[in-house]
Amino acid sequence: MVTLNHYLILSAILFAIGTAGVFVRRNLITILLSIEIMLNAVNLTFVAFGRALGSADGQIIVFFVMTVAAAEAAVGLAIVISLFRHKESLNPDSFASLKW
Amino acid sequence: MTPSMNAIVPMACVAAAGIAAMVAEAFREPGERMPIAGLGVVGLLGAAFATVLLWNHNASSFGVVSADNFGLFVTGTLIIVGLLSLGISGPTVEREKLPAGEYYALMLFATAGMMLMATATDLLVIFLALEVMSLAVYVLTGIRRDSPASSEAAFKYFLLGAFASAFFLYGIAFTYGLAGATRLDRIASLMAGQAASPTPMIYLALGLLIVGFGFKVAAVPFHMWTPDAYEGAPPAVTAFMSTGVKAAAFAAFVRVFLSAFEPLRGHWSEAIWMLAAATMILGTVVGVVQSNVKRMLAYSSIGHGGYLLVALVSGNDFGKGAVLFYLLTYAITNIGAFGVIALLETPDRKNDQVSDYAGLWNERPGLAALMTIFLLSLGGFPPMAGFIAKWYVFSAAVKAGYTGLAIIGVLTSVISVFFYLRIVVMMYMTPTDTPVQCPAIPKIAGLTLIVSAILIVYLGILPTRVLDWAAASISSIF
Repeated sequence: MVTLNHYLILSAILFAIGTAGVFVRRNLITILLSIEIMLNAVNLTFVAFGRALGSADGQIIVFFVMTVAAAEAAVGLAIVISLFRHKESLNPDSFASLKW
Repeated sequence: MTPSMNAIVPMACVAAAGIAAMVAEAFREPGERMPIAGLGVVGLLGAAFATVLLWNHNASSFGVVSADNFGLFVTGTLIIVGLLSLGISGPTVEREKLPAGEYYALMLFATAGMMLMATATDLLVIFLALEVMSLAVYVLTGIRRDSPASSEAAFKYFLLGAFASAFFLYGIAFTYGLAGATRLDRIASLMAGQAASPTPMIYLALGLLIVGFGFKVAAVPFHMWTPDAYEGAPPAVTAFMSTGVKAAAFAAFVRVFLSAFEPLRGHWSEAIWMLAAATMILGTVVGVVQSNVKRMLAYSSIGHGGYLLVALVSGNDFGKGAVLFYLLTYAITNIGAFGVIALLETPDRKNDQVSDYAGLWNERPGLAALMTIFLLSLGGFPPMAGFIAKWYVFSAAVKAGYTGLAIIGVLTSVISVFFYLRIVVMMYMTPTDTPVQCPAIPKIAGLTLIVSAILIVYLGILPTRVLDWAAASISSIF
């Protein structure tokens, strides 16, 4: 029997994987993918709660989140392309003209 | 028009102006000059008119957008932010050869998102508004595509912003799971029932929402993007985002935490207390050692976020009114300060080091005088508006029993005076052989700065009327 808690734990694990990816990976595209994993972990949480509560809201919210994630990916990739034109590199460590 | 659409009229005006700006750009012949900023001014004035008409009517649309006086006061602040930003953008757009239509359209779309964020009463709508605002601002940050610093700033801002919105959304997901709804009023009634014995999930939801908002208002330790984004973006954009984004995010922060999560006050106030203290201290102390004026003002803006958090954690009527008044004065002052930086920039030199300001009084006495007014107001000198705003924040903290925070606030204000005055001393008293060469000041931009300076002095000397409005705004919702 798969209960709400199983879904919540799975989504928490996915969220943690995404968070770790943002910090650990050294490639801009992979970092963007990690953020997508985080957003999709949240989507899973919404769907699981929606089903447990017996309301359709959770499922509908996911559509909004997917739209936002798509727009975010478009803007993010555009920024990565404009960065790549300057340095010919996707390694975040090579972008240090502004001190952190 | 059905009555239920009334509450969204201000943001609809601004969004329509944004679309008009985009269409105008599409029909523009290469090299043709079009008064696109004028379209934005028309849209913002329409929004201002609608805001005045909606005042005191408590209009609500779709059950998720509520034009109560609190939201309308912030909307008014955002309209001022929009108008002043459009006013100082002209020289930047010309000099950097930015695509005017896209620049103004993005600025107007971001403003519409900010207005929605300030008036939304549903967590999901707040999230959508936050994204509408943020996506436009990310692009504005990186709009100088030929500048490596600008692209880098945009990426850092984007990365941390998207990361934070994932946290924010996760917090909304847990709140939804607890309350079965994302509407703030329903969350409030559920939280009131559970305040006595909160479950771990409530803490999780609270913590994630605080992280999400903390990033947007640049609270320490979620402030890392701020100096880079503010330095890399064109100064006119920095003026816009350091004020508009902060005003919108704080409006939503106050609304969510002082209405939906008000019953749990005892559980989140300590976390915000620590954020406020850390933000004030770090913003001020690191600001002191900066040699770049834009970075310095970025840390100063972090510090001002800390004062706003003090007002939020106080949470009494005084504190809520103080948030609104502080946001208004901070917005006008900071746009003015970044406006001066924008006017000093030339195509080949940024002129944004503190040493570049040496002898500005001899070269450009007008700009130096304006910058002095803005810096004194940021530092909280009477009779500028910044003094009244800080005074209200600190007395709210003392009244609510947060004497410790008030003391930290006063001490950090005193330290911050050091770095504001450093620029003033540079401008008036430091002789230099190589005075800064800045281009002629366009009329509109100069006029905008003069209007901001007059507003600051007016709010500093006769604040009562605006303070009364702020007090009336908070009584409508909390």
